[in-house]
Amino acid sequence: MSFISYLVTGISLGSVYAIIALGYTMVYGIAKMLNFAHGDVIMVGSYVVFVAVSNMGVNPYVAILISMAVCTILGMTIEKVAYKPLRGTSPLAVLITAIGVSYLLQNLALLIFGADTKAFTSVVTLPNLVLFEGQLTISGVTIVTVVACIIIMVCLTLFVNKTKPGRAMIAVSEDKGAAELMGINVNGTIALTFAIGSALAAIAGVLLCSAYPALTPYTGSMPGIKAFVAAVFGGIGSIPGAMIGGIILGVIENLSKAYISSQMADAIVFAVLIVVLLVKPTGILGKNIQEKV
Amino acid sequence: MALLEVKNLGISFGGLRAVNAFDIKIEKGQLYGLIGPNGAGKTTIFNLLTGVYKPDEGSVILDGVNITGKKTIEINKAGIARTFQNIRLFKDMSVLDNVKVGLHNHHVYSTVEGIFRLPRYYKVEKEMNEKAMELLRVFELDKEADTLAANLPYGKQRKLEIARALATNPKLLLLDEPAAGMNPNETQELMKTIRFVRDHFDMTILLIEHDMKLVSGICEKLTVLNFGEVLCQGETKEVLNHPEVITAYLGE
Amino acid sequence: MKKMSKVTKNNLITYAMVIAAYIVMEILLKTGHVSSLLQGLLVPLCTYVILAVSLNLTVGILGELSLGHAGFMCVGAFSSALFSLTTKEAIPNGGLRFLIAILIACVAAAVCGVIVGIPVLRLKGDYLAIVTLAFGEIIKNLVNAIYLGIDSKGFHFSMKDTISLNLEPEGKVLIKGAQGITGTPHSSNFTIGVILILITLIIVNNLVHSRTGRAVMSIRDNRIAAESIGINITKYKLIAFTLSAAMAGVAGALYSHNLATLTALPKNFGYNMSIMILVFVVLGGIGNMRGSVIAAVVLTLLPELLRGLSDYRMLIYAIVLIVMMIFNWSPAVLDMRKKLAAKLKKNQTEKEA
Repeated sequence: MSFISYLVTGISLGSVYAIIALGYTMVYGIAKMLNFAHGDVIMVGSYVVFVAVSNMGVNPYVAILISMAVCTILGMTIEKVAYKPLRGTSPLAVLITAIGVSYLLQNLALLIFGADTKAFTSVVTLPNLVLFEGQLTISGVTIVTVVACIIIMVCLTLFVNKTKPGRAMIAVSEDKGAAELMGINVNGTIALTFAIGSALAAIAGVLLCSAYPALTPYTGSMPGIKAFVAAVFGGIGSIPGAMIGGIILGVIENLSKAYISSQMADAIVFAVLIVVLLVKPTGILGKNIQEKV
Repeated sequence: MALLEVKNLGISFGGLRAVNAFDIKIEKGQLYGLIGPNGAGKTTIFNLLTGVYKPDEGSVILDGVNITGKKTIEINKAGIARTFQNIRLFKDMSVLDNVKVGLHNHHVYSTVEGIFRLPRYYKVEKEMNEKAMELLRVFELDKEADTLAANLPYGKQRKLEIARALATNPKLLLLDEPAAGMNPNETQELMKTIRFVRDHFDMTILLIEHDMKLVSGICEKLTVLNFGEVLCQGETKEVLNHPEVITAYLGE
Repeated sequence: MKKMSKVTKNNLITYAMVIAAYIVMEILLKTGHVSSLLQGLLVPLCTYVILAVSLNLTVGILGELSLGHAGFMCVGAFSSALFSLTTKEAIPNGGLRFLIAILIACVAAAVCGVIVGIPVLRLKGDYLAIVTLAFGEIIKNLVNAIYLGIDSKGFHFSMKDTISLNLEPEGKVLIKGAQGITGTPHSSNFTIGVILILITLIIVNNLVHSRTGRAVMSIRDNRIAAESIGINITKYKLIAFTLSAAMAGVAGALYSHNLATLTALPKNFGYNMSIMILVFVVLGGIGNMRGSVIAAVVLTLLPELLRGLSDYRMLIYAIVLIVMMIFNWSPAVLDMRKKLAAKLKKNQTEKEA
């Protein structure tokens, strides 16, 4: 039974990774950049909920909406101020700028909230699910996380494939120049992608902090990196890939923590990534593009 | 014996038959043209000859050595060098260094000798500089030796690519649309250069070209490709007057 | 021939700058004008410079993005510290011992470079970056899980804890898992650091302007063309990557012999460190070795110079980083700078006329 319990928690952790990875994968697909600051947007989103609920007594669900709005604005602002001026130059330059933004957000949070760990009160009020006469307990947070992940995934897939702005995203990610010639507002589409990715980051932040209630200015950075690994794992640019990658990663991490060594869990996760990339260099669902001679 | 003898070469991509039953025989010192409409499979043949693609069937014999299915670098060492349709220079390196990379396998010293500047480094570098400058002079690029390759005008970039290919001391030189993007004057000059390369280096040249003036002007023999298959092969004049070739080019 | 001399001149200027900075610093030190804080920063500063130059070999010359450079530094730091700790008695000559330790760090990191490089260099672009990041994290995690002890029977190794080493009572624990290595002799100093910087610079500059360096750069500029003229892609990628790793190992040795206790923390050997080095490289100019040296020095000293601003210093650092990137890379800003420069020049000539 304990195996199933670990597996379920793994899936739940993986669902959080998947939601963050969606933000990475969409931004990468469309702007061809590693948005290193994405993990820190999660942290900002969590602090917003924390302040709203603990200090101002706002209803948790309203707090989530506020957090999503703040993160959306934050994401779009970062894009406009820091990334847009560098569009079309070396991807390395954009990467370093993203790192700068990441430092900026972390240190801003450090200044405002201090370095001490804040105890995040879970916003999920769903009771635990007790199965098999008490042998298996699944927490409410776990259920909500997995359900939220599935809903987001379905909505996002529908949005990208069925709506006009969604298809514009696909077009821009395939060929920016051609999309522009077809009358697609490339800048608007990229801004929209950042907006969606950041709103998802807010949700991921809340879910993450509900499951692991310790909030610091650095809360977002490791999950951010792992979510990026998950996105690469599943094939960067692919929405179902991010989902699969995130969940596999979460499960591997949790099972290694439980059965091998909690210290080596991260190493094992990264080792699996390396093996996957060596076998399939563009990730599980990634497209293989050959250079034309 | 012919310098290059290709028999029954073929390759498919997915379900598409890109090249089928391709034969060619090129004598030493010949200037040979490979022509055909867009998408006929000309560049694919170059890629097959240079090991970028592995052929599904057929054989490639260069100067008596079977090089079928070998790797690109082995084929270059065996004696085939090429240029590319979309120029592929080492853009952030100087013109001189572009040619010196071409000399890589003929003027050798080890990495350690290079790092610690041992005597052989100076000796071999001097040889390389002399050889490279000699090649650059042939193409009238010696004045631009220190310029970054990316900053050369278009026509000179094409020439540098040829110089770099020649630096590898090939037996057979493949030129992929050398006149693409050139104006008539530049094309005239290029024709002179190609002829000069053949005579000066005693080179065998196979070239892909769309410019009929260039083809009829310098090629001694032609192979016409259509839909991946040889349509017609022979002396330039005969081939160009062949009714099927005219149809393939101009339509019914 | 003329070009050779130009390149040589350029390199000599870089070396002269390093030596001049060293002399100035030494004079300041001797006359007591250097705060103890800055004194403590000198060896780490040398470490960062070496790391930046060596990473620039991978990023600027080989043209591949590596986010795991700190991992190689970690290997060098721990292997050399372990050597110095165990041979403290056997080799009483501190200088000789440190020299051997540096060579061990170099070889250990190079071996890791080969092991990592063979699979990793098959990948491209961002995939390569993420896998190097993964390798760096794995190395850091592994080091944190290692327990190593020594007694009369020899070495004892465990991945669990000190007790499972089963040491004899007089045995000594060398690596204590996450608590790392304690008691490494303090062999590093500023002078050795500067000498190592110069050696690193000479090796990289000489490599770049040699047959090997040209082969590596040709792969960076156009892999397909390089292959077509007979360049062995795998071989030269691996040479550059391994050399880069080896020099990071040397930096690690310098770093570890400056600390009484060496632990593998996210901030010194994690991806944060790798990224910091990458920041030096990109800001200093990709492929520009002198730029790497300057960027590493300025950016390391900047937070210290801003110490008066205490809490705001890292914030300012972040803003400076973003602004500098936009100033140096944004097409719009570059355009504006060009126009401004042209205008200034025009005004100058008008004035002269």
